[in-house]
Amino acid sequence: MIQVTQLSKIYNGTTVLNIPNLEIPKGQSFGLVGNNGAGKTTFFSLLLDLIQPTTGTLTNNEIQVNTSEDWKPFTSAFLDESFLIGYLTAEEYFYFIGDIRGQNKADVNALLKKHEEFFNDEILRNKKYLRDLSKGNMKKVGIIATLIGNPKVVILDEPFANLDPTTVSRLKKIIKELAENPDITVLVSSHDLQHTVEVCDRIVALNKGEIVKDIVTSAETLKELEAFFAV
Amino acid sequence: MFKHFINLELKSFLRSASVGKSIALKIFLGFIALYFILSFLVLGIALYPILHENFPNQKPIEIVNNAVIFWLAIELIFRFFMQSLPVMNIKPLLILPVKREKVIHYVLLKSVFSIYNLFPLLVILPFGITTIIEGNVGATPVLIWMFTLYILILCFNFANFLIKKKFADNILAFLIFALLGGTFVSLEYFEIFKISSFTGTILNSLLLNPILVLAPILLLAGLYFWNFNYLKSNFYLDSSLKTKIKEARTTDLSWTKRFGEIAPFLQLDLKLIWRNKRPRTTVFMSFIFLLYGLMIYTNPKQSDISFLNVVVGLLMSGIFMLNFGQFIPSWDSSYFGMILSQNITFRKYLDSKVGLMSFSVVVLALLTTPYVYFGWNVLATNLACAVYNLGINIPVLMFAGSFNVKRIDLEKSPFMNYQGTGAAQWIVGLPLFLIPGIIFFIFSELFNIETAIIAIAAIGFIGLLFRNTLMNFITKGYQTRKYATLNGFKQQEN
Repeated sequence: MIQVTQLSKIYNGTTVLNIPNLEIPKGQSFGLVGNNGAGKTTFFSLLLDLIQPTTGTLTNNEIQVNTSEDWKPFTSAFLDESFLIGYLTAEEYFYFIGDIRGQNKADVNALLKKHEEFFNDEILRNKKYLRDLSKGNMKKVGIIATLIGNPKVVILDEPFANLDPTTVSRLKKIIKELAENPDITVLVSSHDLQHTVEVCDRIVALNKGEIVKDIVTSAETLKELEAFFAV
Repeated sequence: MFKHFINLELKSFLRSASVGKSIALKIFLGFIALYFILSFLVLGIALYPILHENFPNQKPIEIVNNAVIFWLAIELIFRFFMQSLPVMNIKPLLILPVKREKVIHYVLLKSVFSIYNLFPLLVILPFGITTIIEGNVGATPVLIWMFTLYILILCFNFANFLIKKKFADNILAFLIFALLGGTFVSLEYFEIFKISSFTGTILNSLLLNPILVLAPILLLAGLYFWNFNYLKSNFYLDSSLKTKIKEARTTDLSWTKRFGEIAPFLQLDLKLIWRNKRPRTTVFMSFIFLLYGLMIYTNPKQSDISFLNVVVGLLMSGIFMLNFGQFIPSWDSSYFGMILSQNITFRKYLDSKVGLMSFSVVVLALLTTPYVYFGWNVLATNLACAVYNLGINIPVLMFAGSFNVKRIDLEKSPFMNYQGTGAAQWIVGLPLFLIPGIIFFIFSELFNIETAIIAIAAIGFIGLLFRNTLMNFITKGYQTRKYATLNGFKQQEN
């Protein structure tokens, strides 16, 4: 589904990302782990054509992301709060995303109904603009918004950060469900090794922009990763 | 302790984002400040001779007394919109071992040194001094008069904070004020009840009985302690120091559906304008600009249609277009990454902005039609200017917007707010107003007014005909520069 070739990003002589080759097949749930500054967000930003690669190419379903916009209809992402529109209420935001992804109100409502538990009664119908929500609640809105419109590629940057324990376990359930669908490719980044191991089939560890581990998740994966990151 | 406060204040000023602005902007702001200071000073110096010459039978000071109420009213309006008590800055002091009362006194006293209290002083002082030298009123009463006037100014300084507390963000309350003001103005105009001579008489009697100065002093003290008590009882994180959370009100904008594919963006833009302070105020200001024509057309020296009329015509129908358009796409700066990565094509996004601006030009142009009272040529010029706005100025603004890389915080007041202002805004002003003005001038000199009006409209129509081609070109510009734009929007100013 996603093919990376000779990709690098260099800022003022500092290489922040350098991936010679990476292929993420369709339907895989892909976890990206690494310390702060390892290049996780840079990779996702490149994948979404928010920054330009210094060298190399990225294709999403055989569409080169920085030359065509045709990958947008089947790709959805939540990187940070800057993906939310502060002066809308949660419902309005969902309907807006629904509108631009060709979903009518009923479709969106059905999806929201399904994830009512995840919102924990703190999001919908509470007459607050998104800018006035807590960080955790903003994140919940952003994550659910990526599910609107049956995307084939879902990209979540640090989805577990800032969430309370109950919500984390609910989120894991949601991501696992996505991962089980053979049509959906999920990309998740985190610096929480345990969460990532739990929801992903394959884990790639980045360190200073380079891929240092690429493993298919098994019973030993967590130990292996913990050993790697322990100093 | 006060020394620390003043030190903090100085640092906050020197290190604020606005001081770090580009040097050109600083010079420009400096000139504006200088301009106002000089204007007020000249007014203060010239006031006595002018009044003396034009009304030789009346004492100038008594004429001024009659006008004081208008000055104060206008000042209150300005203060209401532009001055606010900076209570948020004291948040970090709350848990430090500093007496709360001391901090509050400091905040209140600091407001006395605001520039709004300096301007009136620039008028009062020179006028008072000339009155003492020239007039036959006597030095002591005039000195007391000057003092009283300044006390009144300070009263308004503190009254404004109380009014703001009660009525800020409440359009209805504002309307009540406007209504009240309007009533007094019309009572004055139809000479039913002259509030000006009423307050004038009071101030005149002050000249005879200086002891009356006690009244405004008591008023000032009362207002000060009212403010003080209010702050003292609300000096907690959950009351006055809390950033206000407004209850969200949803509006049904499904009528925009008829605009087809751009509907979601149109809805978004309408909400953007309505729910955020800066764009909302921009809209209100557009309506005020409609009155601009009155200033020009009623001027008897300006009877011929000229260069200036074109500028006025362009401004009246284009003020919203200008104010909104010059900050595209900065309005969406806080979520621009989402706009780029969502299932949105740039063209649709831009088309919706164009649609909104075109709509505003049409509406404002229709509202200027009553100016036909000043002649058919005025109406024709205004309509031609509106067409020019639609055909040429909107694409020009859209094109200039692709160079915008400055972030905008939507919730900040637009007055004297230069956030988001960069070189693009200054350069774009030229073709918007100067070029059509010059074209008009050339055509009207070579041929006649009618030909010039037709020329302006024709250029606008040509722009409209090529709208699609222009938009394709503009969209390409946005696409190639989007990385720079996004990067710029990520830079927080403070």
